[in-house]
Amino acid sequence: MLKIENLHARIAGTEILKGLSLEVNAGEVHALMGPNGAGKSTLGNVLSGRPGYEVTEGTVTFDGANLLGMEPEERAAAGMFLAFQYPVEIPGVNNTYFLRAALNAQRKARGEDELDSMQFLKLVRGKVKEMGMPAELLNRAVNEGFSGGEKKRNEVFQMALLQPRLAILDETDSGLDIDALKQVADGVNALRSPERAFLVITHYQRLLDYIVPDFVHVLDGGRIVESGEARLALELEAHGYAWVRDRTPAGAGA
Amino acid sequence: MNTAAVVPFVESMRSAAAALRLPGSGLAWLDATRREAMQAFVAHGLPATRNELWKYTTVRGLAQRQYAPRDDKAANRPVDEALFPPEAMDGPRAVFVNGVFRSDLSRLDRLPDGVGLQSLSSALDAEPEPLRFLLGAPKDAGDDGFTLLNRALWADGVVLRVAAGVHVRGPLHVVHVGVAADAATAWHLRSLIELGDDARLAIVEHHVGEAAAGHLANLVCNIKLHEQAHLDWVGIQRAGADATLLRCTDIQLHDDATLDFHALELGGKLARHEIRVDLAGARSRFESRGAFVLHQRQHADTELLVTHRGRDTFSHASWRGVADDRARGVVHGRILVLPGADGADGGFYNKNLLLSPSAEIDTRPALEIYADEVRANHGATVGQLDENVLFYLRSRGIPLEMARRILVRAFCAVTLERIEPPSLREHCLALLVEQLREAST
Ligand SMILES: Nc1ncnc2c1ncn2[C@@H]1O[C@H](COP(=O)(O)OP(=O)(O)O)[C@@H](O)[C@H]1O
Ligand SMILES: [Mg+2]
Repeated sequence: MLKIENLHARIAGTEILKGLSLEVNAGEVHALMGPNGAGKSTLGNVLSGRPGYEVTEGTVTFDGANLLGMEPEERAAAGMFLAFQYPVEIPGVNNTYFLRAALNAQRKARGEDELDSMQFLKLVRGKVKEMGMPAELLNRAVNEGFSGGEKKRNEVFQMALLQPRLAILDETDSGLDIDALKQVADGVNALRSPERAFLVITHYQRLLDYIVPDFVHVLDGGRIVESGEARLALELEAHGYAWVRDRTPAGAGA
Repeated sequence: MNTAAVVPFVESMRSAAAALRLPGSGLAWLDATRREAMQAFVAHGLPATRNELWKYTTVRGLAQRQYAPRDDKAANRPVDEALFPPEAMDGPRAVFVNGVFRSDLSRLDRLPDGVGLQSLSSALDAEPEPLRFLLGAPKDAGDDGFTLLNRALWADGVVLRVAAGVHVRGPLHVVHVGVAADAATAWHLRSLIELGDDARLAIVEHHVGEAAAGHLANLVCNIKLHEQAHLDWVGIQRAGADATLLRCTDIQLHDDATLDFHALELGGKLARHEIRVDLAGARSRFESRGAFVLHQRQHADTELLVTHRGRDTFSHASWRGVADDRARGVVHGRILVLPGADGADGGFYNKNLLLSPSAEIDTRPALEIYADEVRANHGATVGQLDENVLFYLRSRGIPLEMARRILVRAFCAVTLERIEPPSLREHCLALLVEQLREAST
């Protein structure tokens, strides 16, 4: 589904990703771990098309298409979703309006019928219930006045509504108490299916107790320096990232 | 120095004065006022950018143009229904087409008791003396070239009076329509709105026009609110794309009177509105909210001059502007607190968005305070759409142009959310969205 080969990317003149390769297939959950500043968010941003990043080398394909040539909205319509590490507040833009605009724009781009407001309300109200979100969420402005945890949960709620094929969750677990963490994990697990894939970026192993990944990768210095199964996360937890560094001579590829 | 004589615009106004037979001619005091004003205009010429209030609005282009003194067919021209906003026009209305009052398009037969609404020319015909204080007033220091012209050449206008204690339900509409004529035409209208003690009224002023009608409308309006009177005034400006619209509104508030003003500036090629508010009476209040959305080469200038004269007076202005392409927006807010106006509370807040590197917005708040125990605040910013927010919307599948529209609409909508009734508010929001759609094509 997603194939990244030798990706080099820079921001503000500084190279952050330095030859990253990764393949994610439908049905798989990949966890991406790594120390602060490793380039985890940079990868999520480059994949979802955030302006400001310059790809200097390498290729990324999504279902065989050149992902890097697509606008952010085209990537979304193709099934890509990024749960932001820092979701933004959008004063004056009502959540229901925003979600309907997003869903219908995606449907339109895919040549599907748009939902009228009745159909949409039914759908969104059902999702609110299913995800245990407060009902008044729909009448509020997007993320306005939300706590950090509420914003993260709202990202997962949006994901559940938009039903992406590849979801990238950028530290969706950070700043959450254990109940909120479980709710986030439940939201992700409910969406797991043979057609969908997840790239779960996290700094801590904790989330992976609830979202059990098929693969774990360690990103350091802009490159994947170690890959393994779920067990790898536990070893990282026990030994720290320095342990990986010691095992991987500087300059070696993944 | 009299260089004005060679300016084509001034020449065309001078010949208009000679050619037109204006209302009330033969009344000695009125003839004298008109004559003096015309002389002063010719001596003065058009406002120059060294005049602080015209600093960012140059009329140099206008100076080279000539306008017909009137549209002879204005009384009969058909008006495209599509120009009228029917959903916003429930209730009585007075309609002017190319500066000419149209009783056939107006609806003044079912005015509530205590409300008098007529054209200025017919009011003057019926009884000139009660209008003398207004139309016979000598020019003053506040006059500029256009208000002088208006004094000299006004051909009609609205006289609207509400008797003391009358609370009018539902808004009255005043509609100015510009349609294509044989030649670009200039018209000058003078209006008076007066609310008696404890009277209550809502007015919606519409400016609409065909794109091809490159006229000049020069409108002066005096509003007088007596004790405890309350006026809700909504101005919706979507004049034709080639129109020039110059407005000067002078408002005086007596004790405990309130003016609640909303402005939506969307149309015209050059639109300027000078709003002078005199909070003369104790505890009088002025609240204003407004938004402009400009594109292409539109120019809109709002000059807000608030004078706190009475004690414990209150003013609050909250304006937002958006300029795209090569458009230019100007918003100035001056709050003057005179000696003796103790306890005054004034605020001017203006936020703006530039959507293109060639667009420009000038905003300048100014406070001058000569009284005690005064609260005065101001804040003005010019910024751009937040890239992070734009990306957030796009990452959810919303195309860039739509994302921009959503954010601009949200940005402006806060200035409209108190408009009543809700149908009028929705109408304003719909116009805003329509303008944004046009802006992005
Ligand atoms: N806008 C930016 N301008 C310059 N440097 C940046 C910018 N954003 C991130 N960086 C740098 O890129 C590196 C990787 O950042 P990031 O991808 O956010 O790391 P992570 O998510 O793994 O903590 C860091 O050194 C950070 O300082
Ligand atoms: Mg990060």
